[in-house]
Amino acid sequence: MIDQYANIVAGGLLLGAVYALIATGLNIIFGVMRVVNFAHGEMVVIGMYTGYWAWSLVKLPPLAALPFAAALLFGLGYAFQRLLGNRFLTAPQHVQFILFIGLALMITGLHAMLFGPEPRGLQSEASFAVYRVGFLRLDATRVQAAVVAVILVAALGLWLRFSLTGKALKAAATNPVGGRAVGIRIPHLFAVTAGIGAACAGCAGVLVAPFFDTQPYLAADYTLLAFITVIVGGLASLPGAMLGGLLIGVAEALAAYTVAPSLKSLFSYALLIIVILARPVGLLGKPGDAH
Amino acid sequence: MTSSNNTRGRPGRRPMLQAAVSASALSTLPFPSIMRAQGAPLKVGCILPLSGVLAFVGTATRRGTELAVKMYKEQGVNLEVSFVDTESKAENGRIAAEKLIREGNSILVGAWDSGTTISAAQAAEAAKVPLVVNIASAPQITEQGFTQVFRNFVTAPQLVANAVQRIKDLPRGGGFNPETAVLMHVNDTFGQSSRAAVAALWDRLGVGIKILDTISYDLRARDLSVEVAKARSTNADLVLPITRVNDAILIVREMVKQDWNPMAIIAPGSPGAYEKAFTDALGKYADDYIVCVPWWDPRQPIAKSVIDRFTKEYPKERFELNSGFGWEGIQVVADAFQRAGSSKPADLHAALRSTNIESHVMFGGPIRFDDKGQNNNIGGVMLQNQGTEPRVILPGDAQQAKPRLPHTPWSKRA
Repeated sequence: MIDQYANIVAGGLLLGAVYALIATGLNIIFGVMRVVNFAHGEMVVIGMYTGYWAWSLVKLPPLAALPFAAALLFGLGYAFQRLLGNRFLTAPQHVQFILFIGLALMITGLHAMLFGPEPRGLQSEASFAVYRVGFLRLDATRVQAAVVAVILVAALGLWLRFSLTGKALKAAATNPVGGRAVGIRIPHLFAVTAGIGAACAGCAGVLVAPFFDTQPYLAADYTLLAFITVIVGGLASLPGAMLGGLLIGVAEALAAYTVAPSLKSLFSYALLIIVILARPVGLLGKPGDAH
Repeated sequence: MTSSNNTRGRPGRRPMLQAAVSASALSTLPFPSIMRAQGAPLKVGCILPLSGVLAFVGTATRRGTELAVKMYKEQGVNLEVSFVDTESKAENGRIAAEKLIREGNSILVGAWDSGTTISAAQAAEAAKVPLVVNIASAPQITEQGFTQVFRNFVTAPQLVANAVQRIKDLPRGGGFNPETAVLMHVNDTFGQSSRAAVAALWDRLGVGIKILDTISYDLRARDLSVEVAKARSTNADLVLPITRVNDAILIVREMVKQDWNPMAIIAPGSPGAYEKAFTDALGKYADDYIVCVPWWDPRQPIAKSVIDRFTKEYPKERFELNSGFGWEGIQVVADAFQRAGSSKPADLHAALRSTNIESHVMFGGPIRFDDKGQNNNIGGVMLQNQGTEPRVILPGDAQQAKPRLPHTPWSKRA
């Protein structure tokens, strides 16, 4: 019995780490620009298709395809923000929502047109491989995805904290007017932020492609998942995103096993409501970030 | 319910004669001249999930529908089909039906999903426009008193009864003697009604296998590792999945990873495993999976001619349940149009009432509708994936391959 629970918790933690990477992209965009990216899930799906096609066409494994997906999504995110997003930064929130929802619908429609609605599985020998650690049976693709996700989130956190650009991003997020006054190129920095957020989504997409079949209509699920993770963990907090992702991954897994699998989403939402009631800024969020 | 499974008879003079008639059915039917004389096309509104979570199967149904329209057009039956996408949302069925009726379609076909079909049927009923149901299995579709509904698909209890009977009929021995089972089902209208039907029929039909647990999961689930772990903990001999295609893939993938080798995986009246997406995604691991479903009849010449044409038109696709019933939905409409000699909904409705199509693609007896609009003559076969292709293993007279039981352990598949 204990080994079953241990396997369930381990599976939940592995999945939770990937959830954290998905949420990190949303979090960083919100943290810097205070913009809610409703097209975030669609960017994850672009990453999934990148991983799928890299494998299908040239047999490039997901981990090797990661830099390409990151570069592609960074470019798309940067270009979008520079050409369009920056113009809407001061627009009312409902206008921003419509912009991103429109973008989301457009990306999903394009995916459906280009690749069709059928699920595309990235199947290789690794898709069925497991690592055995004592009584734990760990899905190899999930272990790889989780390890890479944790490394990416940690690296991003360090980069934001110690690099000059990271410090500039923090300054721009805290006080855009002051940032401009000291010579920070805010439009460029915001575009970099959008690029990093999109790249996180893209990397997460490549990482999940081996165990979630790729299809255009997954996007809304990922967007919702990212929102829940971010709100539970804490707005604009990278450690919060990681904590939120892990908590949701484990809560869903345990709920599915002990209560009923079809009710596992209920527990994510229950967790969300409890956190909102007890700590509206999220578990690791700071009061100022909730606004 | 199961008495009509096998109504084609054994090889003999009469079946041979029927086969000869069937082979030339499309080219010898009298309707071409009638239709040409009528000139104006019949406007047919087709409601399908072409985007969203059911887009894959909706698109497969559309392929069969479009092929039938094309083939009938070549025979002089002029059908003009407009498709409306429900986006896989049940509530959109009514909106889609109302739109198509407003646009002047005289008859509706659809809507693949039970919830959507019920929603569309309400609009069809209000406007007195016939709705030919191509795929949808919830019993209430023909039990709610709708007068405009004609369903050429099995109800969930029929589907499951056929399936349970086939499971009971599976030969035992050689290491295959299951005593326990675990049921896994998708938690939508179809999944729930199928689960209820299994629960009701399992003991009544005396299968003699104990169901240890029933595990439900969400239609949109991306990950079924926990569900499979939970099923595995029962240590059941059989897995009985009621799935769509995506979740069927997830279940098998997880079973491989968790190295769980029950005696067999047998889907009682469930889509998924016969679809090309399933065999493409899983390769060798797709093999040995068994499904009990309505299927095209390998003995029928008309099935062969339709499949040959389908293969030419869609070389990368597989003609399966969705395409088959998509094709037959249009066959029912074309037949009614031919006999009605009119495109008025009331005339088409009257013609549909007296439908009697002997030569058709799918397994079962003639297409006829009872007072409630249900075709009770649809049979079911047992398919097993072998060499990544679905093969009929039961009933014996339609058998394309011998059953392979117990299933080959995952680690021993070449």
